Amino acid sequence: MIVSVASGKGGTGKTTVAASLVSVWSRPVAAVDLDVEEPNLHLFLKPDLAGPEPVYMEIPVVDWGKCTLCGACSDFCQFKAIALLGASLHVFPDMCHGCGGCLALCPEQALTPGQRQLGEVEAGMAGTADFLMGRLRVGEAMSPPLMRAVKQRLGRLLATSGGDAVIDSPPGVSCPAVTAVMDSDFILLVTEPTPFGFHDFRLAVEAFSPLGAPLGAVINRAGEGDLTVQAYCRERGIPILAEILFSRAIAEGYARGRVVADLSPELRALFESLRDSIQAAVREAAHA
Amino acid sequence: MHEIVVISGKGGTGKTSLTGAFASLARNAILCDLDVDAPDLHILLAPEYVREEAFISGFEAHIDPGACTGCAVCADMCRYGAVVVSGQKYTIDALRCEGCGVCVRFCPAQAVSFTPRHCGQRYISSTRFGTMVHAQLFPGQENSGRLVSLLRREARDTAKAEGRDLILCDGAPGIGCPVISSLSGTHLAVIVTEPTPSGRHDLDRVGRLCEHFRVKVAVIVNKYDLNQDEEGRIQALCRERGYEIVARLPHDPIVTGAMVARKVVTEMPENPLSALLVQAWSRIEGLARAVGASQGASLSL
Repeated sequence: MIVSVASGKGGTGKTTVAASLVSVWSRPVAAVDLDVEEPNLHLFLKPDLAGPEPVYMEIPVVDWGKCTLCGACSDFCQFKAIALLGASLHVFPDMCHGCGGCLALCPEQALTPGQRQLGEVEAGMAGTADFLMGRLRVGEAMSPPLMRAVKQRLGRLLATSGGDAVIDSPPGVSCPAVTAVMDSDFILLVTEPTPFGFHDFRLAVEAFSPLGAPLGAVINRAGEGDLTVQAYCRERGIPILAEILFSRAIAEGYARGRVVADLSPELRALFESLRDSIQAAVREAAHA
Repeated sequence: MHEIVVISGKGGTGKTSLTGAFASLARNAILCDLDVDAPDLHILLAPEYVREEAFISGFEAHIDPGACTGCAVCADMCRYGAVVVSGQKYTIDALRCEGCGVCVRFCPAQAVSFTPRHCGQRYISSTRFGTMVHAQLFPGQENSGRLVSLLRREARDTAKAEGRDLILCDGAPGIGCPVISSLSGTHLAVIVTEPTPSGRHDLDRVGRLCEHFRVKVAVIVNKYDLNQDEEGRIQALCRERGYEIVARLPHDPIVTGAMVARKVVTEMPENPLSALLVQAWSRIEGLARAVGASQGASLSL
């Protein structure tokens, strides 16, 4: 079972919820940080990591002995990563999406595979949980290819462990967020009861509903703001699986790098109940 | 003309609430929401659309089931796993399709068509604090970087037409494509952080991104009273990197209160944050003008 914790709006408490779910999970579990632009899960779960492993994307390299400057590659490239300028072919590695089209179509086989580093993957253990994270190279614009590389490793890990996974996703609802939550068995949306939280929650519901996985909501910092999110969840039939009341103690615990489920027996019980609701919803969806 | 972008690395540190307040304090500015994925500034500024345009960018592949012979060349060549095979039926998953055109080019039966992708809408609007340039990317879409570049060009053109000399932008979280697009050629990045492990970690990364693109950084520590030790570490990081801290703001429920009232903080009656925001804005404007002046001087050399 793969559970993605996502949000729309940033800073609503995705990492807090993901770290707490991992800490109360009742089966073997992998904690996965797919917010590769700003990964934070490791700051709370404090895993022992084996060391970074670089991840690359294939980009074209020109073999000048073979290139006839025919321009077939630059005509084809949708991303303007290759340009024929006068009597010279220029490759712009940062623009390349790694589709491999230019290498496949060059009539002279003058393009050979090179690489651009996207970032790195780190793997290790956080207590008894497996831990996986991606970290985008500062200056790299494209996060989805690195996320796909992390997900490939997750697939191999789950195939051997037979366990579950809790994914901490990036904020937003565009292609990085969708890439993260795709293929999940459950999507948990963390929101806050404010106008910004509500607006981005609606966007997230719109973006993630077509993926077909059951959705559930966690309302963080409940008691602040207004009640529009709750009303919208009722209207759309999205179950509210937990409400975490705003408390200075939680905010300060988070600021000290603590896992919120470890702060008090009451909070632990709240996340255990959330875990049970998610597991029940996934079982129900599997039988439907 | 001076451009200021408010970013954060970590989401939810208060970028939009602060940008909204600064919009009320800025004289002669064009406002711009560059968080095209999950924009929120319009919630505070209640823009009235003056112009709306479709954002068409990139392409999307479609397989014609009548012409498809089921040879599987497309599925073998697609690097994004976007060709879905069920039995003999081949379709493209639009959410995974990158629009590269490999399947179009290599299909032996020429069964794949390539149509322009309508990724979102963009707007020019009027607000009580001046003209605003903004957009909404459709859920799941890509090309946010291109949309950000388009909005910035639009903002510059509008500023010229209206005789404004400042562009104030609300940025996206993270350090990826839309953030990179919002940084190139901007005069000042105001990074909003908070004294938590995530806030500091993300300030470090987005700060390095700004340095990579040679954009000057100013920092606002929001909710500074949450954790004294973490705030100390943020101050140390800023000293080491040469980032000026232009404001330290206490946690104050008035920020959420203002949001619920659809107002910016500086419009709320008698609150201690407003005075701090006035000071912060005057320093931010000063820094942006200083960067603009020194760039102008080096250009004229």
